[in-house]
Amino acid sequence: MAVLTMRDALNQALHEEMERDPSVIVMGEDVAGGSGGTSGNIEAAGGIFGVTKGLKTKYGADRVIDTPISESAIVGLANGSALAGMRPVAELMFADFVGVSLDQIFNQMAKFRYMFGGKAKTPVVLRMSMGAGMNAAAQHSQTIYPMLTAVPGLKVVVPSNPADAKGLMKQAIRDDDPVVFFEHKALYSKKGEVPDGEYLIPFGEADLVREGSDVTVVALARMVPFAMKAVDKLAEEGITCDLIDLRTTSPLDEETVLESLSMTGRLVVVDESNPMCSIASEIAGIAASKGFASLRAPVEKVTAPHTPVPFARELERMYVPSPGDIEAAIRRVMEGA
Amino acid sequence: MQQSPDQIRQAYRQMRLIREFEERLHVENPKGEIAGFTHLYSGQEAIAVGVCENLRDSDFIISTHRGHGHCLARGCDPKGMMHEIYGRADGLGKGRGGSMHIADLDKGMLGANGIVGGGQPIAVGAAVACKARGDGSVSVSFTGDGASNQGTVFEAMNMAVVLKLPKVFVLENNGYSEHTGASYGIGGDLKTRTEAFGMPVWEADGFDYFSVYEAAGKAIEHARAGNGPSAILATATRYFGHFEGDPQNYRAKDEVKNFRETKDALMTIRDKVTGAGIFTAEELDAIDDEVLKLIDASVDSARNGPTPGRDIMMSDVYIDY
Repeated sequence: MAVLTMRDALNQALHEEMERDPSVIVMGEDVAGGSGGTSGNIEAAGGIFGVTKGLKTKYGADRVIDTPISESAIVGLANGSALAGMRPVAELMFADFVGVSLDQIFNQMAKFRYMFGGKAKTPVVLRMSMGAGMNAAAQHSQTIYPMLTAVPGLKVVVPSNPADAKGLMKQAIRDDDPVVFFEHKALYSKKGEVPDGEYLIPFGEADLVREGSDVTVVALARMVPFAMKAVDKLAEEGITCDLIDLRTTSPLDEETVLESLSMTGRLVVVDESNPMCSIASEIAGIAASKGFASLRAPVEKVTAPHTPVPFARELERMYVPSPGDIEAAIRRVMEGA
Repeated sequence: MQQSPDQIRQAYRQMRLIREFEERLHVENPKGEIAGFTHLYSGQEAIAVGVCENLRDSDFIISTHRGHGHCLARGCDPKGMMHEIYGRADGLGKGRGGSMHIADLDKGMLGANGIVGGGQPIAVGAAVACKARGDGSVSVSFTGDGASNQGTVFEAMNMAVVLKLPKVFVLENNGYSEHTGASYGIGGDLKTRTEAFGMPVWEADGFDYFSVYEAAGKAIEHARAGNGPSAILATATRYFGHFEGDPQNYRAKDEVKNFRETKDALMTIRDKVTGAGIFTAEELDAIDDEVLKLIDASVDSARNGPTPGRDIMMSDVYIDY
């Protein structure tokens, strides 16, 4: 075990997988950086968040490909190289840039295997930073995982901590289906213990990070540490919660959620995305259709509002669900208990 | 194209305004009061001003993530912009957009844009409206060397040619696409590529206001006369990083210093104007003083501006929301 930031845990996973498998290649804008610059430094960036640092120096320009700013072509590059036998890890820098490349994601990579008679394998990992927290405003802060979770054929990963980020990244690279890997930019510098070497986390297995008996709290990505704060605070008052970190939204671990709900009867779902057609909506829907008999209170959804992500510090703070919002929601489902 | 002393004074003031606005943001940014990503335009002033000094009120421009210079050159209020950058409720975007999303529709300024290559197709749409109005107005998009590799830009160019629209593509090569040199990312060259769509391309020295003004004048006249789209290609540099805080490991140590000492756009226009006896150095210094006071006042005002509240977050998602 080493204590690493999520940035370094992801970087370690990439190094290990590139070392292990020569078919793993990395591509994107400034994944190395500096080509064509005047300093002569051919790894001037290592990814704008530093996740791909050291890869080009170690594995060379054929396996670590700096691309022009051409998001459609970046995802196309990943798609085609995957169909032709490589294991590309492509970076979109910001999840918002999915907007520029959406055809390649949801019409192309997601559907090859189904359309092509089950013969195609598309082992693409499409990495992207997401989320509010840097006041990067409406076109650099979105958490669009619900949109891509809705697309059959895509697997969607949303880690909340360094160890999961490593284990899920190694799994994603070895997975033969296309995987969209969301990295919350406010988590990159958060530290945690990370297992050394071979460490893989299967998809579709949520993590029960706190155990309790009163309320089931479901969260993902940055909302997990926020929910932890709320859950730990309430535990001091004797209100105890199961806190479930989904880790992947497709496949989605319904079983863990329903099993917990059957014990607690109360559900709070925390999701940084906008409320309509969110993961919060999906979990609430599952509870309504498959866990209805267990429910002792209305399901509480704690989400961002139905607005774009605002810029100003005060506005962004209001936009993002806070530990206080989560605590209040837990108290609401406990009312009358 | 002879310009009157008043026009030249205005152009110089606009360039100085952009320079001081950006240099001041570079000083203020590390103090922690400005949130988010700030991309500065210092070094490229002659391009924005050389183009916009050719425009009429009825024309449109659309900008990039490096948009402050285009906004100021188009006449956006510096104080309103500063308030926006500081996230104030009375900023041009009510504190919701920030540096990357400054716009003023009243000025025909269709927005800075956080998506590289996002603006060009929109500017083609504005050109459709200009053509429909039939009043000789034009639509201008600014595109960096990085954005020039986006499919959206190719599509926009082709569409503008096919529809013979009053559209001017301003290609600004500042040498870097984020952290990668332009020479690495661009296949072929920008001029030949753009000409291949069947439109004329005028080249300009992006450090020289007069060179840009002349090239842009030809392109805009071409569009106003109903001859369809064209482009100008202007080469300059950016004095700061891709964003504020960028360590710029991709740049040679003295690159910016050399540009500042030998090519600087403000230095160039001052030398030309004083050399031709149009204004004295003292007259230009007086403009500089006035601009400095305006920037000081804008920053002071922005630092003490009103904080946006929940009502601002929850409004304007739709007309009625």
